[in-house]
Amino acid sequence: MRTVALIKRILLQILRDKRTLALLFVAPLLVLTLMNLVFNGNTVDPVLGVANGNQQLLEKLKGADIEVKEYNKVSNVNETILDKNLDGFLQVDGNKATITLLNNDPSIAKSLEMKVKQTYSKEIQLKLMGANAIRSELPSQDLMKTNYVYGSSDTELFDTFSPILVGFFVFFFVFLISGIGLLNERTTGTLERLLATPIKRGEIVTGYLVGYGILAVIQTIIIVLFAINVLDMVLVGSIWNVILINIIVALVALSLGILLSSFASSEFQMIQFIPIIVVPQIFFSGIFSIEGMAEWLQVFANFMPLYYAADALKGVMYEGLNLTDISSNLYILLAFSAVFIVLNLFALKKYRKL
Amino acid sequence: MSETNTIQIQEVTKSFGKKVVLKDINFDIKEGCIYGFIGPSGAGKTTLVKMIVGMDIPDKGFIYLLGKKMPNLNILQQIGYMAQSDALYMALTGKENLMFFASLFKLDKTEKQKRIAYAADLVNLTADLNKRVSAYSGGMKRRLSLAIALIQNPKVLILDEPTVGIDPELRLSIWTELLRLKNEEEKTIIVTTHVMDEAEKCDYIAMVRDGSFIATGTPRQLKDQYEVNSLEEVFLDAGRKVQ
Repeated sequence: MRTVALIKRILLQILRDKRTLALLFVAPLLVLTLMNLVFNGNTVDPVLGVANGNQQLLEKLKGADIEVKEYNKVSNVNETILDKNLDGFLQVDGNKATITLLNNDPSIAKSLEMKVKQTYSKEIQLKLMGANAIRSELPSQDLMKTNYVYGSSDTELFDTFSPILVGFFVFFFVFLISGIGLLNERTTGTLERLLATPIKRGEIVTGYLVGYGILAVIQTIIIVLFAINVLDMVLVGSIWNVILINIIVALVALSLGILLSSFASSEFQMIQFIPIIVVPQIFFSGIFSIEGMAEWLQVFANFMPLYYAADALKGVMYEGLNLTDISSNLYILLAFSAVFIVLNLFALKKYRKL
Repeated sequence: MSETNTIQIQEVTKSFGKKVVLKDINFDIKEGCIYGFIGPSGAGKTTLVKMIVGMDIPDKGFIYLLGKKMPNLNILQQIGYMAQSDALYMALTGKENLMFFASLFKLDKTEKQKRIAYAADLVNLTADLNKRVSAYSGGMKRRLSLAIALIQNPKVLILDEPTVGIDPELRLSIWTELLRLKNEEEKTIIVTTHVMDEAEKCDYIAMVRDGSFIATGTPRQLKDQYEVNSLEEVFLDAGRKVQ
C-alpha cells in the first residue's frame, strides 16, 4: 500500500514537471533523429538493378522501398552500376544470387544489402517450402554472394551502431532522471521526512523502481518505435526483443541512477557522474572496436552494462538473433540491476537503520 | 519502566566525527505533557529529537518510546514529526501532500479523509488545499508541515521549531491547539524552540547547551531555583554556572 502511494506520488510529480517529461520522452527522439540525419544524409530510396529476377521478387523488392530497374544479362556489372547510377545490382541464377553493391555510402549499401537479402531469402524459402516442406531454412549467406564496387563488407556505419545508440539513450535519460528524482527527495528533506514514517527502505526502493520504471517503459517503447518506423533503422530480428532488451537496460539505468544519487549532494554532482559513469560506457559499447583495444583495457568492457546491452541489441536488430542467442547478455544485465538494487538498500541505511 | 513515562532517554551520547553533540543525557517524558527543549542553534536539540524519532541512533545509551526501544518502525505510527525545514513536495498540492503522507500510515479510507479535513482546518489551510505547495508562502508551508505531523492522529507529537516564520496570530492559534491536544486528547508533545516566551507555555523545560541539559524543570521551578523573573535569565545564569 505504501509502495503504491509512493508510486502514485512520483508519477504525479513528474506529470507536473513538463520539462522533465519532455526530456524523458522527446529529447532522445530529437538526438536520435539528429544522429540519423548526420550519419545518413541520404534518405532517397536506393536504386537496384536486377537481372533475371521473377516478377514476384521484383514486387517484393519494390515493397521494401527499393527502386528497381530491370536489365537483361549484362556483361560487366561494375560498369553498369557506375554508368546507370545504381546503388547495387542483383543477378539471379537459379537459386543462387549475387548482389554487387556500389558501397560509396556504407549506410546505403548496408541497408540495401540487408533488404535485398531478407527479401530474397524469404522468396527462396517460400519456393522451397512449396517444393519440399521438410527443408525449411537455409542461411541467407549461402543463397547470396555479395560483391562490392568500392570497399568491402567491413565498411559499415550508422546501421551497426544505431542499435547501440537506442540502448544508450534509454540508459542515459533513465539514469539521469531517476537519479535526480531521488536526489531531489533528499535535498528537499522529504526523504528524511519519509523515514520518520513507518515506510520500509525496501518499500522506498520498490516505489522508485516501479514509479520510474513505468516512465522508462513508456520512454523505451516510444524510442524503439520511433527509431524503427520513423528513422527506418535496420531491424532484422523481433521488435519485441528490442523492447525487452531496452526495458532491461532501463532497469539497470534506473537502479544505478538511484544508487549513485546517494553519493551526490546536489544536481550538479549528479551531472558529474555522466563523464565518469556514462561516457566510458560509450567507448566500450562496441561503437569502437573492443577487439582492437589493449588487452588490459578490454577487461573493463566486462564491467560496463552497456557493453552487454549493445551486444544484445546489435544481435537482434542487425544480425537478427533471437531471444535464446542473447539470453546470456540479458541475464548479466539483470544481475547488474539486482546488485544495484541490493546496494541501494544499504545506501539508504545511511539515513535510517531500519 | 513505568507506565506514565512516554519517552525515556537513558545515558544518551552522540557524536559526529570527533565532535560530541550530546553527552550523557538522561530524561523522562511523561504522558500528556508539553515539553520544551530550549537552547541556541547547534546545541543538539535537533539531534536529540531525531534520535527520539528513530531517524538516528545514539552512540551510547537507549531511548524508549511507549515502552519500545527506538528505532522501531511500528512505533512511528504513534509519532507525529515536524522537521525543522519544510519537507514538502513542491509540485503537488497541499491536499496531495496530505494524501501521500496519510497513505504511509495505517488509516482506512474514511478516516483518511476525515483526518485530512481536520488537519487542514486546524492550520487554516482548507481554502488553499488545492493550490500547489510551490505557490505557498513560508508560513503556509510551515502550517502544512504541522498538518502532516498530525495526519495519523499520533499519541506523541515531536515538533522541531514549529513556529519559525509564522506570524504572531497563527503562532498563538497553534499554541492554543497544542494545549487543546494536550488537555483533551492527552497527547504528549515535545517542542524545540529558541523563543523564551513559548517556553513559558510548556509544562516542563529542558535547557540544552553544548550537548548537555543545563537545567530541567517546570518554568516556575526554574525561576524559583535561580531566583529570577524570566526564563531568559535562567538560561543565562545556568549557562554561566556550567562554564
